Amino acid sequence: MYQLGNLVQELSDKYGRDRASLMPILQCIVKKHNYLTDEAMVEVAKELDLSAAEVYGTASFYSFLDTEERGRFVIRVCRTISCSMKGKEDIMQTLEDLLKIEVGDTTADKQFTLLETNCIGWCHKAPAMLINDMPYTELTEDKVIEIIKEYMQK
Amino acid sequence: MKDTGLVKIDLIFEKIDVKELLIKAFKMSDEAIVQEVITSGLKGRGGAGFPTGLKWKFAAFEKEQEKYVVCNADEGEPGTFKDREILERVPEKVYAGMAIAGKAIGAKVGIIYLRDEYRYMLPELQSLLDEFHKSIKEIGYDFTLEYRLGSGAYICGEESALFESIEGKRGEPRNKPPFPTVNGVFGKPTVINNVETLVTALMVVKIGGAEYSKMGTPDSPGSKVFSVSGDTPNPGIYELEMGMTVQKFVDEFGDGDTKAVQVGGAAGFCVPRKRFADTIIGFEGVPTGGSMKLFNSTRSMYNVLHNYLDFFVEESCGQCTPCRVGCQQLLKGISLVKKGEIKATYLNDLSKLAETMRLASKCGLGQSVGNAFNSIVDNFREEIVY
Repeated sequence: MYQLGNLVQELSDKYGRDRASLMPILQCIVKKHNYLTDEAMVEVAKELDLSAAEVYGTASFYSFLDTEERGRFVIRVCRTISCSMKGKEDIMQTLEDLLKIEVGDTTADKQFTLLETNCIGWCHKAPAMLINDMPYTELTEDKVIEIIKEYMQK
Repeated sequence: MKDTGLVKIDLIFEKIDVKELLIKAFKMSDEAIVQEVITSGLKGRGGAGFPTGLKWKFAAFEKEQEKYVVCNADEGEPGTFKDREILERVPEKVYAGMAIAGKAIGAKVGIIYLRDEYRYMLPELQSLLDEFHKSIKEIGYDFTLEYRLGSGAYICGEESALFESIEGKRGEPRNKPPFPTVNGVFGKPTVINNVETLVTALMVVKIGGAEYSKMGTPDSPGSKVFSVSGDTPNPGIYELEMGMTVQKFVDEFGDGDTKAVQVGGAAGFCVPRKRFADTIIGFEGVPTGGSMKLFNSTRSMYNVLHNYLDFFVEESCGQCTPCRVGCQQLLKGISLVKKGEIKATYLNDLSKLAETMRLASKCGLGQSVGNAFNSIVDNFREEIVY
């Protein structure tokens, strides 16, 4: 849970209150707080004069508009064919061991969420993953350990 | 059958004076621009291959005041990464292609729909866009571009789903017709082109449609950016002339043990070794949005197909039954056959299901699942069963 404050009003002022503003507003909330709470979606619905079901229906369609609690750093490991061929399973295992969680889970300190995602467009540099917006490619176990340790200090 | 052989081309990534070209296009009549693109024979580079010039002509024909040019940068086909590379290396050419399309059809607004996976590029792209706006204003263009971002949905690469997403809705494809050139984003006439198509159209204006069409074959004129990955010593981005055989491609990029090439991604076709020599990469053979994935003999084609079906089960929007249930049943079916829980002849029923999906699905996603399914099952049946 997080405090929304005036965020929804501010974003609505910035992007407008028509239906086409819905995606940018939801995306900004997710960028800031990592996921959408029920309260946030209800607030957006009020501000844009939509039903809460419309907002939830839209948000739940998109895999990057999470409606479940997510950590500060969302790790998305590519599971599509090239990455799968080039050792994605080992990368996932390393991450699970390192973070002591399984895929789909969030660490107890709410710092990391570990997910799988479909092709992220780095097939020639597989295996690859995203941490929030940043892509990391040509991953090895050592490289993953190094990257995660850096994030742990942030 | 004309085999052009493997010819490397430098058109898309070539550094050019974009402003000079924009000035040239500004002086051309709208009809002349459309005519050059028609003459070039350019077909959409996103995969579907609709003639770009015709698309522009149809949109130009519409009398509406409000029209749009949309750049489809929702590159999500497994094995494709050329649009990211184009946006990273020559974004100004994408912008210029959109401005020229805007002039040709009478649109004042352009929207670039960028997938969220590429958001990391946005700050750089946005600042270049600000410069671009200043530059075209000086020339006299009345055209403004803006970015819209996706949120991790493969289906939003389908043009009408992309419009829905821009409009703030679930990315569910619409019924067609009406087509985008009549009823696109916000219900207005819209030209929607892939990133590479827009850059190619720009280069057509530069070198002339007739000159461009000298490359490639009659059915597949021009050149194309290929995204090469899988079992290859040289993965990456290559711009090649259209119309080579799969064999020529494998000679260049294979690792000496290539048993199959998946052309066109998960929605594309699997070409087995015995068909390399007589299969042309292009609209007369196997079409591709650019994804070229090589598999060597250490790979199980069952795993490949399983991975593709996992992908489609996840990415089907769920709106129409043939696609939603069909994808699930294909995946379930091959798993049962593999485990020996059902007879191998069940694969024949699954092939029929894939054919039904091709006929009955609402959009290209469900319609093309059968491409990979049938081409893999037909050619590698023993790997699916045992």
